[in-house]
Amino acid sequence: MRGWKVKRLIMSAVPLALAGCDTELSALSPAGPAAAQIAWLWWGMLAASSALFLLVLVLVAMSFGAPRDVPARRWTHTLGVGFSLAVLSVFLAAGLWVGERLVPRGAAAVEVRAHAFQWGWRFTQPGPRGMVETHDVLHIPAGEPVDVIVTAEDVIHAFWVPRLAGKIDAVPGRQNRLRLQADEPGRYAGMCAEFCGVGHAIMPFEVIAHPSEDWPQAVTATARDADSDGGEQ
Amino acid sequence: MSDPTALGRESRAAARSRSGAFDIPENPPQRALALHRALTAVWANDPGWRGQITAVNHTTLGLRFMATALVFFAIGGILAMLIRTQLATPEGAFLDTELYNQIFTMHGSIMMFLFAIPMLEGLGIYMLPKMLGTRDMAFPRLTALGYWCYLFGGLIMLGALFAGVAPRDGWFMYTPLSGATYSPGINADVWLLGVTFVEISAIAAAVEITVTILRQRAPGMKLTEMPLFAWYMLGTSVMMLAGFPPLILASVLLEIERAFGWPFFEVARGGDPLLWQHLFWLFGHPEVYIIFLPAAGVLSTIIPVMCRTRILGYGAIVASIVALVFLSFGLWVHHMFTVGIPHMALAFFSAASLLVAVPTAVQVFAWIGTMWQGRPELHLPMYHVLGFFLTFVMGGLTGVMLALVPFNWQAHDTAFVTAHLHYVLIGGFVFPIMAAATYWMPQITGRARIRGVGEAAFWIILIGFHGTFFVMHLTGLLGMPRRIDIYPDNPEWIWLNLTSSIFSFVMTIGFALFALDLFLQATLGKRSARNPWQAPTLDWALALPAPAYNFASLPGPRLLTGEPARPALLPLARGEGVLPGAPRGRREFLVTSIGAARPDHVAVLPGNTALPLWLAGAIALFVLLMLSGHYIWTLPALTLVAALIWRWGRGLTTEQDHPAVEAAPGLSLPVHYHAHASLGHTGTICLLFSNGALFASLLFGLGFLTLVTPGPDAPEAFVPGQSAIPAMATVVAGLALGAIGVRLARHAVQGERGTGALWFSAVVNALALLAVAILGLGLMDDPTTHARDALRGVLAGYVALHALICTGFAAFALDQLRRGELANGRTGTLKTWRFWQDFSLATALLAGAAAIMQGGV
Repeated sequence: MRGWKVKRLIMSAVPLALAGCDTELSALSPAGPAAAQIAWLWWGMLAASSALFLLVLVLVAMSFGAPRDVPARRWTHTLGVGFSLAVLSVFLAAGLWVGERLVPRGAAAVEVRAHAFQWGWRFTQPGPRGMVETHDVLHIPAGEPVDVIVTAEDVIHAFWVPRLAGKIDAVPGRQNRLRLQADEPGRYAGMCAEFCGVGHAIMPFEVIAHPSEDWPQAVTATARDADSDGGEQ
Repeated sequence: MSDPTALGRESRAAARSRSGAFDIPENPPQRALALHRALTAVWANDPGWRGQITAVNHTTLGLRFMATALVFFAIGGILAMLIRTQLATPEGAFLDTELYNQIFTMHGSIMMFLFAIPMLEGLGIYMLPKMLGTRDMAFPRLTALGYWCYLFGGLIMLGALFAGVAPRDGWFMYTPLSGATYSPGINADVWLLGVTFVEISAIAAAVEITVTILRQRAPGMKLTEMPLFAWYMLGTSVMMLAGFPPLILASVLLEIERAFGWPFFEVARGGDPLLWQHLFWLFGHPEVYIIFLPAAGVLSTIIPVMCRTRILGYGAIVASIVALVFLSFGLWVHHMFTVGIPHMALAFFSAASLLVAVPTAVQVFAWIGTMWQGRPELHLPMYHVLGFFLTFVMGGLTGVMLALVPFNWQAHDTAFVTAHLHYVLIGGFVFPIMAAATYWMPQITGRARIRGVGEAAFWIILIGFHGTFFVMHLTGLLGMPRRIDIYPDNPEWIWLNLTSSIFSFVMTIGFALFALDLFLQATLGKRSARNPWQAPTLDWALALPAPAYNFASLPGPRLLTGEPARPALLPLARGEGVLPGAPRGRREFLVTSIGAARPDHVAVLPGNTALPLWLAGAIALFVLLMLSGHYIWTLPALTLVAALIWRWGRGLTTEQDHPAVEAAPGLSLPVHYHAHASLGHTGTICLLFSNGALFASLLFGLGFLTLVTPGPDAPEAFVPGQSAIPAMATVVAGLALGAIGVRLARHAVQGERGTGALWFSAVVNALALLAVAILGLGLMDDPTTHARDALRGVLAGYVALHALICTGFAAFALDQLRRGELANGRTGTLKTWRFWQDFSLATALLAGAAAIMQGGV
């Protein structure tokens, strides 16, 4: 009945194996091209925004002097419309440029499925003998683009592996596609990012990127499909 | 009359007549004290506790709105403290998850619906009549109704919190989590019904504010020259009229789904959870600007006064307000970038979201330019203005970041967004409101503040705020999602969260100190000088604290100056302005034309009454019966509501002719019963505009579920479509004949022949009602089988409600005729009715057409 409570206990008692890495959920330590592009976008925007913020502060500070006669249009038209449109155009261009690179175009080599439920994940991925279903662990090959087809069983959840890519919602009745890629083999933490009820905080999962020569042979070896303790009721 | 101010006035009047503006001569001066006594006798609240129940005065109610909102701000703040306490440690055992979810949901809901919106309504209700030079809001009883609905709705939600059954699905209540399957119990119903109840007051306030700004400005105060605060409030109220209906519709639909099983959002039966999100954010994004605009209006008012200059770029600011009103309805999808939206739509909404930053930038630079051209003085309100700049600009910049889709995919639903929205809301609303409070406290209380406390509060709030929320950007980028209560596996978030928690308590201390400052000023402050800031607006041209009637006589063109308001104070108090005193023993003010503010007529207002309280109580009864699941018993409650609305209408009638009023020498004006376009006329148009937005949202829902939703196809219609056609045609024909009938009645009302036309209209409207009832009960498919049928059921219900309203108008008009209230050009309810009748006809036609287009009846 109250499976999520049991799960919560287990979660807090047994820290995940990948704990220890300080930035396992950090969007700022990307491990794949999608996350890397976004991280660069962030650093660029941060620099530009800091400069703009300083500009405004300086202008405000300079007002505390003798009255100065600046034509009104210079404030409202030149700065308000012209300058801000110019800056925003640069932002927009950067956003569209990065966005173009994140869109799944054409077929990816590998397609896996992520199905979210209250409160856990069921992943379906290629294994050595056909498709393999796992709980809370997703296996992908490293160095290759992977398309994740995200669906939901009950309410809205969101699939998010911050070091690999942005998030996408799991919406009942819809299929969403997210393209991600892990540059190096390893374990990457993921979680549910859309509030989904009392178990929202305990919906983490793991993406294991295998060296491409091991994949998909290695999938069953590490599949934790026995791990169905908490999820379904 | 040889003093310099009089001379100045003469030359200004001459300048006015040169520019083609009209002039109104002055009334002879009277004794100010006698005027004050006469006016107070007419305008004051009833004495004692009864006066608190029957008050309809805008000063009383505006203050009461703001005070109640402050209480809810404190409650919301305490909830925030509980959240921060829970998150201070990674495995906080302070709250269990269920309670934590209730608390963060209530924190958001209270701050949005029970603090921010009522606070800005209260500010507008209190300030606008004073700033525009009139004596009250357009519909005083509606002000009171709005307050009681707000109070009762808020109390219902608070009661649920204390009973442990508060909403727990997040303040945007996403379906299906908030549906009956995943949120059993009344928690979600409390939100849906409580918030909708509170929204009645938002719509009421929006109608009133719009009408007051358009029709009650002092004669000669052109629309294009009115104080900027009024422009901002006009933009806000128009947005509220258009923006709240989608939320009201969504709440009603979800409540119907939860209570009666009609599917709108349930995938298995053809509904779509994304329909909720679209409707919610169609409200939710404009909501951000609804909150920001009044605050920006405060800034545009205060900054020039604090800098001893005039606002720079009035025209550009008005243009950017209008741009914001329109643009803000075109970018709701940026809250939904991760739900799986087509690529092109993402690019469009991303660009639109960036574009909205332009009008905001225009205003920010206009304010800075104003400071440059003036000489800023660091009074306490100016501290909060600087706090605004520091905070809001950062919030705006993170908003620009979030408008870029790729970054949004990382930051969405993380602590980064929490940080962003607090920078925008506290920077863009709370700091300006604190500036407003410190600026207007002398006006409200008539007392000067005690030095030092306010400055200390400002610094503590500023440090506490940035300490709490600045690091939260980083917390989010390091991956912490919103709305989690524990994070045992993420030690990297511990020090960030602890920092936020500690500083949040600092911020709370600051707010407590701020409240203490207000309290000390109200109780211990010395008497304030009149107009301590030397402000030019009319809100300072009255005695302190403001008398119940605001102005003993209303400022005419000669007294409307751009100079400090002080010179106008004395002539107004002596009755030299328009419509002096209360010689007819009733509450009166001047109604002017929309553009140039030419005097049009004199409105007579209803006095103190407890009717708004009873009506709000009846609605509360309905809400409580819905909450407890006694659906059958809601029918008597609704009957009671209808009866009280009838009684309300009776209060607007008159059975005698009213002679014209001499408002100034040579200026004779009709009383509103005989006027061509009364305030009620303008108010009805505003209300129907809002109603139209509701109907448009409904059509949007129909189109969305038909065209976009991928769900299962609707089952074959059970009832053959052709059989519905005659009933639908009857409905439309009945309403159309009613529209003809009401026009005939208007022309014929002078003689006896009016009776026939009225009876005819009543019968055909009742026939339309009967036909839509037959249609709904007998000729339509079971609304619980599929979303298509559920939406058709709602459309039929909408048409039925309007047919009922039109029938009610006909009955009311017949009653008026019987009492002899329709005669000699007094058209009573006929005009309002005609608007409603035409609106009902148009929506019935559209509803029928939509149902047919959707897949053939």
